[in-house]
Amino acid sequence: MSQSNSLKGRKVILHDMCLRDGMHAKREQISVEQMVKVATALDAAGVPYIQVTHGAGLGGNSLQHGFAPHSNEEYISAVAAQMKQAKVSVLLIPGLGTMKELQSAYDCGARSVHVATHCTEADTSPQHIAFARKLGMDTTGFLMMAHLNDAEGIARQGKLMESYGAQTVYVTDSAGYMLPEDVKARIGALREVLNPETEIGFHGHHNLGMGIANSIAAIEAGASRIDGSAAGLGAGAGNTPLEVFAAVCERMGIDTGVDLFKLMDVAEDIIVPMMEHVVRVDRESLTLGYAGVYSTFLLHSKRASERFGVPARDILVELGRRKMIGGQEDMILDTAMTMAKERGLLKSA
Amino acid sequence: MKKIRCALIGSGNIGTDLIYKIQRSEVLEPVWMVGIDPESEGLARARAMGLKTTAEGVDGLLPHVLEDNIQIAFDATSAYVHAENSRKLNARGVLMIDLTPAAIGPLCVPPVNLREHAEKLEMNVNMISCAGQATIPIVHAVSRIQSVGYAEIVASLASKSIGPGTRANLDEFTYTTSNALEKVGGARKGKALAIINPAEPPMIMRNTISCLTDDEPDQDKITASILEMIGEVQKYVPGYRLVNGPLFDGNKVAVFMEVAGLGDYLPTYAGNLDIMTAAATRTAEMFAEEILAGKIQLPTPEVA
Repeated sequence: MSQSNSLKGRKVILHDMCLRDGMHAKREQISVEQMVKVATALDAAGVPYIQVTHGAGLGGNSLQHGFAPHSNEEYISAVAAQMKQAKVSVLLIPGLGTMKELQSAYDCGARSVHVATHCTEADTSPQHIAFARKLGMDTTGFLMMAHLNDAEGIARQGKLMESYGAQTVYVTDSAGYMLPEDVKARIGALREVLNPETEIGFHGHHNLGMGIANSIAAIEAGASRIDGSAAGLGAGAGNTPLEVFAAVCERMGIDTGVDLFKLMDVAEDIIVPMMEHVVRVDRESLTLGYAGVYSTFLLHSKRASERFGVPARDILVELGRRKMIGGQEDMILDTAMTMAKERGLLKSA
Repeated sequence: MKKIRCALIGSGNIGTDLIYKIQRSEVLEPVWMVGIDPESEGLARARAMGLKTTAEGVDGLLPHVLEDNIQIAFDATSAYVHAENSRKLNARGVLMIDLTPAAIGPLCVPPVNLREHAEKLEMNVNMISCAGQATIPIVHAVSRIQSVGYAEIVASLASKSIGPGTRANLDEFTYTTSNALEKVGGARKGKALAIINPAEPPMIMRNTISCLTDDEPDQDKITASILEMIGEVQKYVPGYRLVNGPLFDGNKVAVFMEVAGLGDYLPTYAGNLDIMTAAATRTAEMFAEEILAGKIQLPTPEVA
């Protein structure tokens, strides 16, 4: 209990993901009007950072990741123009998004960026991180699928991102696989090697129901930024539900600066009615967390399952076994077809 | 039989793998390896394989071009130094095969447009990128049957096969490949995605190629065209293999490929590197055949 009490008075910066990670749960189909409505309400609730892009970030519009009804520029411009205090952030995954698109997002009003790489490939991000800093953006290095690298490895990768100019380094539990002790080990190792002024963040997925507990563990180990999503709208079983996390913080005396009741209202009155399916821990999203699979694979696997007759859970477990990572959505269809052939459900070419 | 004598610039993995492939060629002979570090393993290995070496960069090679009758050079350095290397060697009548993303010269994918370049005697041809070599033949196989409005490729690469140059300049890879999907592949718009996967054991290079045709795809014709094209690529990259597809979905055609390398110097999973060195060798061979047959003649050096 003493540990919990020690968090009293700690300041934590919340970063809402429902208009980026939540795009995955909506098959990228959120309208500009919905984005503005949600963002305006989050802004009024005092949420300091709101991420707004295609689910896969800048450059995300593609056959691989789906096409949103509007360009990233349209979403960002529309939202940024309405913000009273919140900063609009974007996601940039090198290999998918480019510096041209980052410049364009900045021109539309984005002032913060998560530059994301797989947890072992930080050295694909130097030009993007440096460019974000040159633009004067709040710049985060975002280490995805962090369960696939150990604490020392994460510390080395985070140090690289810091050396490129990242002001914050995130441990990103893309698969919702990590347990509190896994989070603490990685965040603790980062805290030891990063400069004192470099912040640390945690981005959770709720596939094992650990979003809140993992985020608290992250703060205990030295994190000061937490990603979550109103009503948990996000890939897989969703992100750490932001209003629940804010309530827990309030109980623990952690200072988030948000208006809890207003945030609860955003979740209940705006986000929940937008959901196409109830974002929760169900059989398939639980499989993601259990097998360590990228949360975005959820709906793709369900579609592949319908098409080729192989259960989504079987496909997800196989993708985990083959160590597929974020961005390899094409391998879902490929894996489903290969499994269907093996099971005599599809004839070989 | 007479062979065309070659110089390799850049003594890293690509340059070393090229030695093996060129040594097997009936029309090419590797003579010089150019590096910048006298202590480098690559130069030592090249010497052991019977090549002359210099650690003075291209300037160390220039005085020997004429006496050693070097007619083709492969540049596997970086986009930043390629332009200067090319200028110096072209001035001495040496034809340049560019394996960097510099893309000064026309873009070349052997089964798609090599013959055009050979007939025109281009003095600098660019090999685009590994993903370009692996995917553009398929896009072309679709676009030669019916018009393709959009082509998108996803290249999954083993982390161990991606060097520091590519990592630090991932945007160049994206731009170069996307552009070539249009210019060489024949799609009106192209988009390239790259994923670097660290799985152990390393995954073999995978490529997914998706094309949106303007009209409903003629499934039989497109399938036949793709299979024929795969056969063409297999002539120089035997490990170029169809895993799944073509999968038709409305106007979308999706093809799931794997590229295993020959395992000359680079491990077999690094099909991405192998397809570059194999395509570069194939390209040089085509020029060499034309030169040996007297169909094209390299220009007389400007400087003696």
